[in-house]
Amino acid sequence: MLLAPALLVVVVLLVLPLLWLAWQSVRQDGGFTLAHYERFLTDPVYWMTFLQTFRIAAIVTAMTVLLGYPVAYVAAGLSQRWSIVVLTMVLLPFWTSVLVRAYAWLILLQRNGIINSALTGSGLIDAPLKLVNNEFGTVMATIHILLPFMVLPLYATMKKIPGELTMAGASLGGSPLHVFLRVFLPLSLPGMIAGMVLVFVLTLGFYITPELLGGGRTYMVSMLVSRNIEVYNEWGAASSISVVLMVCVFLIFRLVSLLIPFERIMGTR
Amino acid sequence: MNYRLSMIVLSASATIFTAGMASAEQITFVSQGGAYQEAQTKAILDPVAELLGITVNQDSSPDAWPVLKTQTASGKVIWDVIDTPPKDCIRGGEQGMIEKLDFSKIPNAEKMPAEYKSPYSVAYEFYSSVLAYNKEKFGDNPPKTWADFWDVKKFPGTRALRNHPLATLEAALLADGVPADKLYPLDVDRAFKKLEEIKPHVAVWWTSGAQSAQLLADGEVDMEMAWNGRVAAVVKEGAPIGYSFNQGFLQYTSLCILKGAPNLETAVKFVNAALTPEIQANFPTYIDYGPGNPEAYKTGKISPERAAEMPSSPENAELQVLVSDEWWSSPAGEEAQKRWATFIQQ
Repeated sequence: MLLAPALLVVVVLLVLPLLWLAWQSVRQDGGFTLAHYERFLTDPVYWMTFLQTFRIAAIVTAMTVLLGYPVAYVAAGLSQRWSIVVLTMVLLPFWTSVLVRAYAWLILLQRNGIINSALTGSGLIDAPLKLVNNEFGTVMATIHILLPFMVLPLYATMKKIPGELTMAGASLGGSPLHVFLRVFLPLSLPGMIAGMVLVFVLTLGFYITPELLGGGRTYMVSMLVSRNIEVYNEWGAASSISVVLMVCVFLIFRLVSLLIPFERIMGTR
Repeated sequence: MNYRLSMIVLSASATIFTAGMASAEQITFVSQGGAYQEAQTKAILDPVAELLGITVNQDSSPDAWPVLKTQTASGKVIWDVIDTPPKDCIRGGEQGMIEKLDFSKIPNAEKMPAEYKSPYSVAYEFYSSVLAYNKEKFGDNPPKTWADFWDVKKFPGTRALRNHPLATLEAALLADGVPADKLYPLDVDRAFKKLEEIKPHVAVWWTSGAQSAQLLADGEVDMEMAWNGRVAAVVKEGAPIGYSFNQGFLQYTSLCILKGAPNLETAVKFVNAALTPEIQANFPTYIDYGPGNPEAYKTGKISPERAAEMPSSPENAELQVLVSDEWWSSPAGEEAQKRWATFIQQ
């Protein structure tokens, strides 16, 4: 009974609009059609956009693991006080708007930006590097934005790994590397998978970052949706793209839930 | 139901305005918002309201087309006059969403060139896509034509173009040697082929006007196609940027009236009054976009120096190519827009 209001909100604000979206994607001029879905097979722009989006999501996910794992590892090993300091630093940029951070990256990475000026000024390179207005700049800023989503679940999982286990491993003669690879890493995997799913799925829906830092040639699914509405006024096409992306996300969750229980990804257990 | 509702609104506004206004006549005018709509309020809307003794209510929408479609489809039309690219007026007219204009009731449009009018629309204000460049980079020998823009040997440097085919395809064709008066109908294949040539040298395909201005101001690109108002603003801020109207692409937004507009008669009066040369001549005082009615330049209200900065002054208009909205709203134009996405991604 207590759930009723929350359920109502979800049905009215989420389920109904999504149903409307699905309905819209199979309609044209008042009749049923699959034309919007056929474009996924016939229009190269569609699959190229999905390919680029999934590639970016994969790169971002891999990079956040590489960057986030050591941070979480260090934070989990510190005293309560210091781990709070580290986690606050991880979260600090999180409270800044995505738009502001995109512009900040622009200032850092552009041709006359801080990084290029420093590199050319010190004579390390002759011509400025192309760091932004391409996929590289987009990936860079996306990693920065999504890093907390990797660090936090990792930290939560690592915190729960009993210290005695690694000590036991060491007392049995395991080298630190061996103990890490055989004991700590496997135990931290659920947190890592949770972080990977979050980062991957969130990247799939990125819009402002590629729009501002992609230089026009980094084309992600959300941009394809907006372009279909703004430029072509094709609500049906835009809906079908959204539906396909959503199905992709559901499939990812389903696949991952075969590996680890869904509740653990969401952090309820 | 609709009628009753509008009567309630009318009588309510009548009660509110009888104190100060001579008449309860009103219209709802819609433009694109921002600094542009603010400038119009002072330049056009307030003087027109005073001239006709009407109330001009304002609404804004960066893209009126979807709203236009919704309002006319649902039968709940609340807008009267919109300021929007003529393409939307024309295709809207063809789909029964826009009123045909009765030009006998719009005498102020009489002297305007025929290409500034369509059965559904009349030019209101002009802007231009110009070639802007970094003065520090190019000194006394800046790129002046689109052929120069394409010439990466003579003019090395980074470039930016708008992430949109309109005016970009035209630039490619001019660069490829098509005479300006033979552009339309566009040879789309030839244009895309020419664009492939410059593609590796284009650092940014910009999507918003603000972005195009930032690229120039920060020195991210050495030359760029951008809207004259944005370029002029960057120049005013002191950035070493130059531009000229030579081979610029003249574009305009126009006024049109919604089918089923609640205040049709007043709306027609409004359109005529908004085209009054003396009122149109106010545009340059407030913004870098030019009057839609060239007669404004004959009123003496616009100084020759200011006229030189205006895309629609007769001298500048002659240097430029008028973009054909008719072609862009044709099936071939729509096809070119769809092809653009493939071109950008490959």
